[in-house]
Amino acid sequence: MPVVMDGDRMSRTLTRIAHEILERQNAGGLDELALVGIRTRGVPIARRLAASIADISGHEVSTGALDITLYRDDLMRHAIGAQPLVRKTEIPFSIDDKRILLVDDVLYTGRTIRAALDALIEFGRPKTIQLVVLVDRGHRELPIKADYVGKNLPTSPSQSVQVHLAEIDGRDEVEIREP
Amino acid sequence: MKKDLLSISDLSLDEIHLILDTAEAMREIGQRPIKKVPTLRGKTVVNLFYEPSTRTRTSFEIAEKRLSADTLNIAVATSSVQKGETLADTAMNIEAMQPDMIVLRHASSGAAHLLSRICKSRIINAGDGMHEHPTQALLDAFTIREHKRTLENLKVTIVGDLLHSRVLRSNVLLLRALGADVWVSGPATLVPTGIERLGVHVSTRIEDAVEDADVIMMLRIQQERMQGAFFPSLREYFNTFGMTVARVARAKPDVIIMHPGPMNRGVEIASDVADGPYSVVLEQVANGVAVRMAVLYLLAGGQGED
Repeated sequence: MPVVMDGDRMSRTLTRIAHEILERQNAGGLDELALVGIRTRGVPIARRLAASIADISGHEVSTGALDITLYRDDLMRHAIGAQPLVRKTEIPFSIDDKRILLVDDVLYTGRTIRAALDALIEFGRPKTIQLVVLVDRGHRELPIKADYVGKNLPTSPSQSVQVHLAEIDGRDEVEIREP
Repeated sequence: MKKDLLSISDLSLDEIHLILDTAEAMREIGQRPIKKVPTLRGKTVVNLFYEPSTRTRTSFEIAEKRLSADTLNIAVATSSVQKGETLADTAMNIEAMQPDMIVLRHASSGAAHLLSRICKSRIINAGDGMHEHPTQALLDAFTIREHKRTLENLKVTIVGDLLHSRVLRSNVLLLRALGADVWVSGPATLVPTGIERLGVHVSTRIEDAVEDADVIMMLRIQQERMQGAFFPSLREYFNTFGMTVARVARAKPDVIIMHPGPMNRGVEIASDVADGPYSVVLEQVANGVAVRMAVLYLLAGGQGED
């Protein structure tokens, strides 16, 4: 199981993304910025990006957590198997007229992001939504593209990409698993 | 999860916790500007109510609509039941139109079990006679958990018409499963025979039953089910078993008072208790929607030993 990103590399990657985010903001744009992480692993990544943005610019950016389970397009499609676990969505601010950065760990088919866009729109009308991912592994099934990418990782569909985060898994690491 | 939710005894401890945790997430949907998720799109849910109901039917219907299911309500007063059709025939005719779930409220104990045997649709028991009302017990447990964090070792006292109460039966099963210490109290004529075997303490003296209670759950005096005289008068009932401020004072200072509704003010509960600071009656109603959304969502999946 080759490790393609270790903890050190991950932290530098996230810092770099934070710099890129700041670089692309217009004057006053920071006030409109908010980060929304997709559960599960998008949430700690969003918090880390917010911490990093605060370190660099001194600006506190709001963060929220979005659970997309109830919006999945594969719910109810399988005759067997328990329903996926639903977790809480917590967006403690109005997203109206905000510039939302949607954050996830891995971008693959794009179906999660499709569901997240549907979910997010029900909370209001943001000025823009952009996508931040730690890893883009390709194989899109929908017309979706990330605005900020930590690492482009060529994979085959049979492989799986696992992102481990200290907050959840006790260590920071990205690995590719063979079938 | 099994195919149907007929009784609390259909649920494992893990499933109970899963329902309560899922309800936690569902509750947030009710606080959004757009209170709707697309989850049950294309699913049809029939609410078949053979008894009058405001809370339960409304609660199920709102839960179904928030999950985007197509819902229809059959109120028996305007249906062919009035022409003499049996429950089984009505159910099979509804089933022929291929709904995905049927929510049944019926005056006969075991009605939901009958439907479960003859229908492929998933059946949710919304109250069958004097037997069970599982979603009420689940929303009660959810409400208690919210106030007390856990139900383990809490003293929960249930007072009132124990004999005719399906809410009691479902609650005793659920509260015991979650580790609560359950006390019941009511006139001896309204205590079901053998109730101790469910692992509850019985006291016909309400003062003993409410002593140091963490939760007091009032049950309605169900006059519509009473055949015979179980107590001399409603006033005497209130004097002996009604929940008054003086009786509440014997419980823990942070006691919560619950009632599944509809309340008979001045019969089982005094108005100043029902509207008092420890009353969580309206929270129960609010939580009912979230709990029913959780049950609908979890049952709608493909899981289950049919």
